Order: sequence, then structure tokens, then C-alpha cells
Amino acid sequence: MSLLKRIRKSFGTDPGSKPGHGRGISARGILIFQHTSEVIRAETLLKLAGFDVAVKGPPPEIRTGCDLAIEFPVISQLKVLQLLQQERIRPLHVLPLQDVLLEPVNLFHAKDFGDYLMVRAANMKITLSKADLRIVNVSGGGCPDVPYLADQLLGKRLDEAPEPRSLGSTLCGYALQLAFEELRRRCPG
Amino acid sequence: MSWLIVGTVPYEGFPLIEGKCNVLKRRLRFGDQSVRISRGTPALLATACLTAQALGIEPPSALLCGDIGRGDGSRRIYEYLVREIPDCPNDLFVFHYLQPDVDWHNRILCRLEELPTTPILIADAGYMYVAKMSGFAASYDLFTPDAGEVAFLADESAPHPFYTRGFLLQEDDRVPELIQRAYQHENAARHLLVKGRCDYAASADGILAKICDPCVEAMEPIGGTGDSLTGIASALVQGGRSLAEASVQAAYVNRFLGLISSPTPAFSVADLLPALPRALEMGLPQSNHIRRHEF
Repeated sequence: MSLLKRIRKSFGTDPGSKPGHGRGISARGILIFQHTSEVIRAETLLKLAGFDVAVKGPPPEIRTGCDLAIEFPVISQLKVLQLLQQERIRPLHVLPLQDVLLEPVNLFHAKDFGDYLMVRAANMKITLSKADLRIVNVSGGGCPDVPYLADQLLGKRLDEAPEPRSLGSTLCGYALQLAFEELRRRCPG
Repeated sequence: MSWLIVGTVPYEGFPLIEGKCNVLKRRLRFGDQSVRISRGTPALLATACLTAQALGIEPPSALLCGDIGRGDGSRRIYEYLVREIPDCPNDLFVFHYLQPDVDWHNRILCRLEELPTTPILIADAGYMYVAKMSGFAASYDLFTPDAGEVAFLADESAPHPFYTRGFLLQEDDRVPELIQRAYQHENAARHLLVKGRCDYAASADGILAKICDPCVEAMEPIGGTGDSLTGIASALVQGGRSLAEASVQAAYVNRFLGLISSPTPAFSVADLLPALPRALEMGLPQSNHIRRHEF
């Protein structure tokens, strides 16, 4: 089958059909809640904010008594969680749909450059000057909020810099938040 | 022979623009608009422009829009591409910092495949993520991941580097194994240029070259040094080199860029760019045709 045919097949007959339902890896994630009422509130909130979400039955492996979950675009995880947090809605679990056993990376890697310390979480790295605890660099990542977050963080002291999660929108932004927290843990000031 | 670099800039409200750009006083200029060269697509564009100038080839066109992570600017670019690709006779497309969206990605790839001659396709950053996520990574000619991102390519289940499974986490000495696994699962472009402590040029046939020297440790934390590598490689491809040659030579040039600049981890990629003409002379064989120019 030619590539073109495969692509068209992945679209199905409707060119506007949802992504991730054909070839490839699902670009969707799921939010699991304790109560159905939270699912309904969260769905309303996320739809009003313009997110492409759908209420589904959760996979049996992670069913905890609730019968509903919300499917959402996984790349927007950080923004989705921010919106829910503003309304004090806390999901029990946030998982990529591709494989419900996948979990975010939770290992940090630190590299000492003498006068500077770099911490990496997943694909994001943040570096600070040990002398004055100012953030001197942000590298890695590939989502469009990374250059924006770098602009907001660079030159600021670790204790006065905004948390990446308050400004970011994507999984790269979320990974940068984890690296930022680890840096704060290692350099409490 | 024209080529297009597609990406976003981190400024809300920055309009969608397409056109030639040039580098002047640490800024990238497009007509009356300009952006700072700090990292991301402006860094890729700046190195591509300067390398093209040094090689004496046509500079790239840029297709840019402001996006701070909400995906609005990326969607405007996607819509524009789907509409304009049939009338857009580029030989090379370089896709960069864009919000991953599988549906839009597939529409764009479909349009590119419909062209009478399929252009060369290079992807890095968010667009490399979505190319892998879509299952059509093999339709691309070159990806330029770092060691962590090659672990993501190697993980057939991960929709984003954030979800790369622990047993595949970045370890520089495991890069060859990760490359092999990425090809096994058809999650790699025809060529890979993996940047890290040692850089690797690879294809489905295996590792083509391993480049470890000169090694400048401080390059790793500097934002934009991966973007500069992609910019140099893209210009070399556009200049007529094979993907394998361009990958190896770009790796050397980017390393010389670090060596000449003697950076600290607090440097910006813009601090490195004045050294690019000299790095090209040192990193490219038969480089007597390199043109010197003001930065």
C-alpha cells in the first residue's frame, strides 16, 4: 500500500476524523477522577476552554470504582491540569492513552560544571549559577512554550523566578517544572 | 533551488510571516519585523542563513508565527501549509518548534506527498515528536534528536519524551542500541543525526559515523546548540551534500563552534554565532570556497 493510501486510510473517510485512531501512537491522554460529578464539571470546563475532550469509560486496569474518564490531547496536559486546578478539580490519575501503564519519567540527572549546576528531567534541562543562584540557561524540549519559558526564567534568581507550570502549557513545560523543582530542592538558597 | 524553514517564535501576537530573513546585530530580521536570536527556531534560522551565506547558496525562506505554547500560532502555520503547499515549490522543508498535532501533521504530509517531486524533509523538536507519534517517521529524510530524544524514538509506546519508559532513559553509551531500536520499530527518519557527548550519524544500515572531538562540555546546557546543529545540517543538504555527508560535517562544524567560542554554561547561542564562518572553515573539507562575512 502506498504511503499516500496509508495516510488516507489513517484519516478514514472523514478528513476531520480524530488523530491517533489509525497508524501511529495515540496523541491522547486520559484523566481519571474519583467522582462522576467531577468528570462532568471537568468536561464542561475543558470544552468551554476549547479543548477537544470526550468522556469515555476508563480501561479495566485502572478502574477504581468510577465509570468515566476524560480523553484529552496529551500534549496539552499542563494547561488542562492548570484549568482544573483553578476550579479545584483534582484528577486521581493522568495517563497517556497509548499504554495505561506508562508513567512519566521520574529520574533526574544532575551535572556539575563547577560554577554552574545543570538538572535534567525527561527532555528538559535547566542550569543555574551557583554563585548567585540565577538561572543562566534552559535547553532541550521541542514544544513552543519552551523558548517562551526560557525567556521568562533566564536571569532570575531561583527563589524569585516564576514556576514553569504557571506559564507553560505542554508536556515539555511540565518536564521543565520537574527540573525546576529538583533544582530548588538541591539549591534551597 | 528554494528551501523553507517552518517554526514558531515565543511572542504572543507575532503575525504569520513567510519570506527571506537575514541576521543583523544578534537579531533575525524579516522586513520591518525582527526577533532576538536566543534559542528555538530563530537560532536554527540564524545558523541556516549564515551557513547558506558562507556557502554562497540561496538563503532559506522562513514561515513563522507567534506561539507561546497554546498551539494557536502552530495551527495558523498548519492551515497555511495545507493551503499553500501545492503552490510552494521548495526542494527542502525543515520543520521545527511546532505544537505536535497528529491530524495536521498527516494532512501536511499528504500534501507534500502529492507534489510532483517529493521534497527533502527534515524535522526536529516538536515536529519530530509528532512525526514519530503519527507513525510516519520513515517518510522523513533526517531527524536531529539529542540523546534523550533518541530514547523517545526508540520507545515504540511513548507519545512524548516525557513518557519515555525508564529502561530506555538517556545514557550516552546506549545511543547505538537506541538508534537500532528506533529503526526496528520504524520510528526514525531515513537518516538520524543524534547530538550528545558524541554525535552519531546513522541510517537504517547502522551507525555511519561517531564524532566525539572536539568535545566542549559547556555546549550541553546552552539552549539552542541543537538548533544550530540542525540549521547547519539543513544548509549543507541544501548546498548539495548527501544527508550522511551533511550530518557528519554539521556535527564537526557545531563542535568547532563550541571550541572556538570557549563558552561557559551561561552563554547564549547568539554568543557563538560570530565563530560560525571560522567553524565552517575548520569543519568542512575543501572549505576554501567559504565566504567570510560580517555578523
